[in-house]
Amino acid sequence: MSDGLMIEVENLTKRYAGHTAVSDISFTVRSGEIVGLLGPNGAGKSTTMRILACYLPATSGTVRIAGLDVFHQSREVRRRIGYMPENNPLHPDMRVREYLRFRARLKGLGARRARQRADTVMEQCVLTEVSRRIIGQLSKGYRQRVGLADALVHEPELIILDEPTIGLDPNQIRSVRQLIKNLASAHTVLISTHILPEAEMTCNRMVIMYEGQILAADTPENLQRLMSGSSQVLAEISAPLEALQQCWAQIPEIEHFDISPAEGDFFRCALTPRDGLDLRPQVYALAREQGWVLRELTRNRHSLEDIYVRVTRPEEEEEEG
Amino acid sequence: MQAYWTLTRRELASYFLSLTGYVIIAAAMFLMGFSFVVMLVKLQQDATPMPITELFYLTPFFWFILLLSTPVITMRLFSLEKFTGTFETLMTAPVTDLEVVLAKFTAGLVFYFVMWLPLLGCLLVVRQYTSNAGGFDFGVVGSTYLGILLLGCLFISIGCCASALTRSQVTAAIVSLGFGFSLFLLGVLADHIPVQATWQAQALAALAFFDQMHDFARGILDTRTLVLYLSLTFFFLYLTFRIVESRRWK
Repeated sequence: MSDGLMIEVENLTKRYAGHTAVSDISFTVRSGEIVGLLGPNGAGKSTTMRILACYLPATSGTVRIAGLDVFHQSREVRRRIGYMPENNPLHPDMRVREYLRFRARLKGLGARRARQRADTVMEQCVLTEVSRRIIGQLSKGYRQRVGLADALVHEPELIILDEPTIGLDPNQIRSVRQLIKNLASAHTVLISTHILPEAEMTCNRMVIMYEGQILAADTPENLQRLMSGSSQVLAEISAPLEALQQCWAQIPEIEHFDISPAEGDFFRCALTPRDGLDLRPQVYALAREQGWVLRELTRNRHSLEDIYVRVTRPEEEEEEG
Repeated sequence: MQAYWTLTRRELASYFLSLTGYVIIAAAMFLMGFSFVVMLVKLQQDATPMPITELFYLTPFFWFILLLSTPVITMRLFSLEKFTGTFETLMTAPVTDLEVVLAKFTAGLVFYFVMWLPLLGCLLVVRQYTSNAGGFDFGVVGSTYLGILLLGCLFISIGCCASALTRSQVTAAIVSLGFGFSLFLLGVLADHIPVQATWQAQALAALAFFDQMHDFARGILDTRTLVLYLSLTFFFLYLTFRIVESRRWK
């Protein structure tokens, strides 16, 4: 393994007949990281993951996993990765334990080791109580965990999960997310998602893809900072309208403000800061100083759409210019 | 090698985990039952010097069973996995394309052979009640089963190939049925080619499946037939292998 790099993607391009799914992307993932591939549907996340998992060939560019080329040393690479495709396909006619043992054997484990590992991953993924049930009759949450257990069963160095929480209810999402977090200590994890909070909660680093290209790749905190330029602070305060207007106009960090009446004698103030500062401490201090009643103080969180809009905007403006 | 055995076992088990396997065997047994009745009627009418395997082969049901069962046995091998997406989990496990193709072929062939076992029961019953012990010779039964197995190799490999082509089981079944049936018709045609024909026609005559299987049922082993069936099987398996591999062509 070179310099602790688990995944090295260089100038990767994948063209299907008629359109380009992934266009000239490069990124690296170090061993032990949890990296989220983030993007809307059709951004090229699944295609990238399928290439990493040796299912599809790249049109051009190189991909190395643990220093091995995915095309020329495909079998060695596949021994090192656990891949769960989108929609988590399973054999519905098999029982959970039987399926996991079958997959372990298929991935080259000896008979005894396969039994042990199947038991271990069933415990890890809280599947022991359904080990004798037929997969086709399990709930979606359980099936998702069977898919995860399958990805883990041969103790891979790298785990690739394509939309692991899609279609689950909030409780199931939470448990799957916790599972992924627990993997972090022993494995490198690459997950794809289109839900920003999910990536924020589980990943050390995020790679944002849009239309086959990488728009940004950074830690969630840095990306948040990057985005917070347009973030607003909302405050509901009970105070005279004129006093509020005067105060906001005097604070230099506030670029723009908007006041609207709210329920009771409260006013709802939407404050847009300059340079992405967090205005909340200042607003609180001011309210205390003036003796105003403050009943809400929040900063707008950015949805993924905002980020796309934000990150794609410069290009559009250039085009217009 | 381990992946090959694991996968073969899984494929074979999946015939018996779902209803499909039992339905196929039941349908084949139904047709075998028909031929059993025809056989008994013939035996009652007059004495015959033919071994009972030949008697069985000469009932029309043999080709029925062969042509209809093989597409149904093979249609799910690749198509179903492609349809449900498990093909992706399979091919991203550390297995080679060749192992996958061979494992699926082997499972299909073993199931096909199991499907033919009830025939042995029919033959044994006839043996019990005929006066002539020479009518049932283990060598002849063996060569009949060898013929069944060789034809099975060919038709199962055609089915594998058709199944690897598509995501739809129905399409796979129709393609392999169409192909198998055309081959069968060529065999019918080949039976009627005169000895002094052009070389093209004589080449076609090599596909005389009727006569060839008839020989097997009479206990005659012909190496030319053996080579023909095995090489055609290899050809179709090679095609299947290339189709599976084509996913990774740039």
